[in-house]
Amino acid sequence: MNRENRIRALLAPLAPVELDILDESEKHHGHGGWREGGETHYRLRIRAATLDGLSRVECHRRVNALLAPEFASGLHALAIDAKGSAA
Amino acid sequence: MADINAFIDNEVKSNDVVLFMKGTPQFPMCGFSGQVVQILDYVGAPYKAHNVLENADLRQGIKDYANWPTIPQLYIKGEFVGGCDIVREMFQSGELQQTLADNGIAAKKAG
Repeated sequence: MNRENRIRALLAPLAPVELDILDESEKHHGHGGWREGGETHYRLRIRAATLDGLSRVECHRRVNALLAPEFASGLHALAIDAKGSAA
Repeated sequence: MADINAFIDNEVKSNDVVLFMKGTPQFPMCGFSGQVVQILDYVGAPYKAHNVLENADLRQGIKDYANWPTIPQLYIKGEFVGGCDIVREMFQSGELQQTLADNGIAAKKAG
């Protein structure tokens, strides 16, 4: 299973109504954190009712906490757009 | 690790605006850090920057301090504000400028 699929699986507990995951690793070729094989730089957009009413920082924290295994295994950068389902 | 935690705590509480970044404001070593520098420079907020690449303890310590896995990290008046995405969203909505103003931090009017 590649990182995108693992991220999707790890975020399932948030019950996202929208979840877009983009691997931008190649855009960072040669920059810090980049490595052969990619899967280092990602961008994700999530909308979930489980994030309703939470602050921006708290929304990001929920996402980051679930993705801790990925940060521990070479995920270097993650741009996050995380909001409740109404946004 | 207790030492670095105390250092960070003192830094963010004794300076109005503190940015932990990769590289320096003059030479950012990461696009995300560079974006936050550009935003802070644009709003005209004075800030103190720390280059985490110069100190491995700081690089890990700041992640533990905020319970936040990535860098950059911005603090205003001792409060963790967020990383690049949150700072940019707050800048675009005017909340960043408002937060600075509410805390009495001189910043030139955006736009």
